[in-house]
Amino acid sequence: MVSPFSVRLERTLSLWLGVLPFFVFALVFLILPTLHVVIGAFTRPDGSLTLANLSLLMSGPILAALGLSLRISLWTAFLGTIAGLMVAGAVVRGGLPPVLRDAVMTFSGVASNFAGVPLAFAFIATLGRLGLVTVLARDWFGINIYATGFNLTSFTGLTMAYLYFQIPLMVLIISPALDGLRGEWREAAESLGASGVQYWRMVALPVLWPSLLGAFALLFANAFGAVATAMALTGSALSILPIILFAQIRGDVLQDPHIGYAIAFAMIALTGGANVIYIWLRLRAERWQK
Amino acid sequence: MTAKRIGSWAVFILAAVYFLLPLVGTLEFSLRARRGVYSLDAYRNVLGDPQFQQTLAYSLILSVATVVLGVLIVAPTAFWVRLKMPRLRPVVEFITLLPLVIPPIIIVFGYIRLFNTASILPLTGSSRGTDFLLAAGYATLSLPYMYRAIDTGLRAIDVRTLTEAAQSLGAGWVTVLARVILPNIAVAILSGAFLTFAIVIGEYVIAALLNRPAFGPYMVWMGSNRAYEPAALAVIAFGMTWASMAVIQFLARRTRFTKV
Amino acid sequence: MAFIDLTSLGKSFGPTTVVRDFDLALGMGEFVSLLGPSGCGKTTVLRMVAGFETPDSGDIRIEGQSQLRLRANQRQIGMVFQSYALFPNLTVAENVAFGLRVAKTAPAAIARRVEEMLDMVGLAALKARYPYQLSGGQQQRVALARAIAPRPRVLLLDEPLSALDAKIRVALRTEIRTIQRQLGITTLFVTHDQEEALSMSDRIVVMNGGRAEQIGTPVEIYNQPATRFVAGFIGTLNVIEGQVGRDGGAYLDCAGGRLPLPDGFGAQAGERLSVAVRPQSLRPVAVEGDGLRGIVRHVEFMGAFTRLHVACGAMTVLVDCFARDLAATVTVGGPIGLTVATDEVLRLSA
Repeated sequence: MVSPFSVRLERTLSLWLGVLPFFVFALVFLILPTLHVVIGAFTRPDGSLTLANLSLLMSGPILAALGLSLRISLWTAFLGTIAGLMVAGAVVRGGLPPVLRDAVMTFSGVASNFAGVPLAFAFIATLGRLGLVTVLARDWFGINIYATGFNLTSFTGLTMAYLYFQIPLMVLIISPALDGLRGEWREAAESLGASGVQYWRMVALPVLWPSLLGAFALLFANAFGAVATAMALTGSALSILPIILFAQIRGDVLQDPHIGYAIAFAMIALTGGANVIYIWLRLRAERWQK
Repeated sequence: MTAKRIGSWAVFILAAVYFLLPLVGTLEFSLRARRGVYSLDAYRNVLGDPQFQQTLAYSLILSVATVVLGVLIVAPTAFWVRLKMPRLRPVVEFITLLPLVIPPIIIVFGYIRLFNTASILPLTGSSRGTDFLLAAGYATLSLPYMYRAIDTGLRAIDVRTLTEAAQSLGAGWVTVLARVILPNIAVAILSGAFLTFAIVIGEYVIAALLNRPAFGPYMVWMGSNRAYEPAALAVIAFGMTWASMAVIQFLARRTRFTKV
Repeated sequence: MAFIDLTSLGKSFGPTTVVRDFDLALGMGEFVSLLGPSGCGKTTVLRMVAGFETPDSGDIRIEGQSQLRLRANQRQIGMVFQSYALFPNLTVAENVAFGLRVAKTAPAAIARRVEEMLDMVGLAALKARYPYQLSGGQQQRVALARAIAPRPRVLLLDEPLSALDAKIRVALRTEIRTIQRQLGITTLFVTHDQEEALSMSDRIVVMNGGRAEQIGTPVEIYNQPATRFVAGFIGTLNVIEGQVGRDGGAYLDCAGGRLPLPDGFGAQAGERLSVAVRPQSLRPVAVEGDGLRGIVRHVEFMGAFTRLHVACGAMTVLVDCFARDLAATVTVGGPIGLTVATDEVLRLSA
């Protein structure tokens, strides 16, 4: 005879067995490593708690790297948001043939995953000193773009490369939101006497606003965490924060391991903060669209 | 109306130029290896390089391992959460989104400190162990994509009803999973798998910091030592990403047909 | 001069013609329904009046003025959509105020008008809510208030009730008509629901294939359908085919027996003819003498009445009768006789 208790116990156990591998995996390979880093940022080598590590962030080169990372991330997120919105707007509601929409969406899926090393190579091959555009500008128009102060391994160059994955990501994120703008809203506004500008100001932008801000936050985090593109493009010419961390982990540059923890913590705090904003705004945006 | 369309075309053409020029530039550059004429020398050098073959093979095998690991971890959980434990959904969703929040470099930093030779789980001590750690890292990176793909697949087929229908016809759990659920979400799993593949194949940071001979570090090494071969590598990498996306699109279209 | 004049409107989308040769005149304060199956062009007519579509041919005049050169936002026409189309980012009060704000009305006047409108639709208590916090019926009331608030010259209703539950649909039907009468606003109402059209309208336009099949009051449309399509679309109908009696008699020989025809039906002796009889026009009687005969196949209890399916030869006839008229002799599988008052036999032109 089986007691009801043991049946229930078995049920509960088998329920949890189904999700156990996932939780164990997430704990061991995602949560614990991250926690380890975060805790490391607040402890001394002997394990005692301290805030001193964070003050290491305030040292010159690291502060400069943090500033550079923030600038490049905010700037490419800003440009990416605007350009991505324009591209998405053009293909989703700009009256272009539907074929183009499919093509742009597919391409965006590819390009948003085309970050990293190959992207840097592509820009070197195009805008580097011997790149296609550089050479053609010289041969056809007699313009030496490098004489104008342009340099691919500069802030501008990195921005151009980052936009290559930022814009497609924005297109992918914002297109559903643009689709969510219902045609009847525009018609209702028109029948109530509103002009196109009034419709955008009073209805469309307010509806899109949370999605736009949210997308901006995601783009920011996306750029902030990126390492490989900058490294392959500029070598060590541009020290963004993740590159400093990379070097620190490799043990080439900084001596104090706790600087690494502190940098890592700063990165988590910033990308995490950006994503919390993103998720929060996202929830607000979706609440409206019920 | 027409002004709007002209504006749309202008935006589209500008974007097309920005996005296509680097591709054309890369292709052109990759053909310039021989002075004065276009040739496939750069590709010949790359493809003939034993390092290329080894690192690409390593990354391919690793990406397959990653996909298998990812599916094994995500699929049963996604199924279980949908069917029996909907209360866990927010938790699971939150965890699967974490890799988008935490930069990969942080995760691998944690790995190196946590699984070093002095720890309880000294994975970095052996190369097999490090390989596994790399696969685990990639599986972690792929969690958001894998979970979303599979969960979408499960939502599309209404798991609960299908399972109950199968059970009422006398099927046991194994039959339900193997004959009913899996075939119906195979397409979703595959598209998650190819997305994972696209992300993993050229990944640099984790592989480099774990010191594994993967394709990403190889590309960087080429980048700092050769002139034209990196462009050829970029073309090859882009081709592989493109191929994975094409497969995903194709699969997505097939699901659309099977949907009611 | 009519208040609104639609003359020979035509519209095609690519190769398909959706509206052709459409004429309609609405008097001031009139409530006219466009009724027809989906794809009959009724919504396109409405959207042309609203200014969302440009007609390929014909003219739209309001108070004698052609509207074709005016854009939708210049026409002063209120519109209510099937999907409510409330602005999700604005509260109920802000939605209602939208048209007034756009027209740069003074804030105090806006507040008064919004209050008045929300009182009218009975939602004053919900004015701070967002659309997603309202039920479908409430949303549609807000949409109605929003459309009326700027005092439009014409009100257009595009299937406003079809997304709602049956009960709310019926309640809102009365409410819309009451408000429309109170304000005396000329209204064009699009629906595919014949019950809605019959119960609400001053006049109905039955549309099919982009054309007006018949225009008339609800009573005319119901009792004297001009075409087979109209007859079939308005209510349930038995179409009975047969041959007019050769001996000059005013009756139709058909599969079930003889059907008497009204005087002046205008049929030639021996002519083959289709007539229509509504299910409630047929009455069950004992099997004798003239009239139709058949076998009862099914008996469906419908609540207010009972519907019999009677097989007359190859043809099945539906008969609706009240319980008190239902002879005790009616049994499934048994024979039955049917009579019809001659003036309830409808002639069909096509």
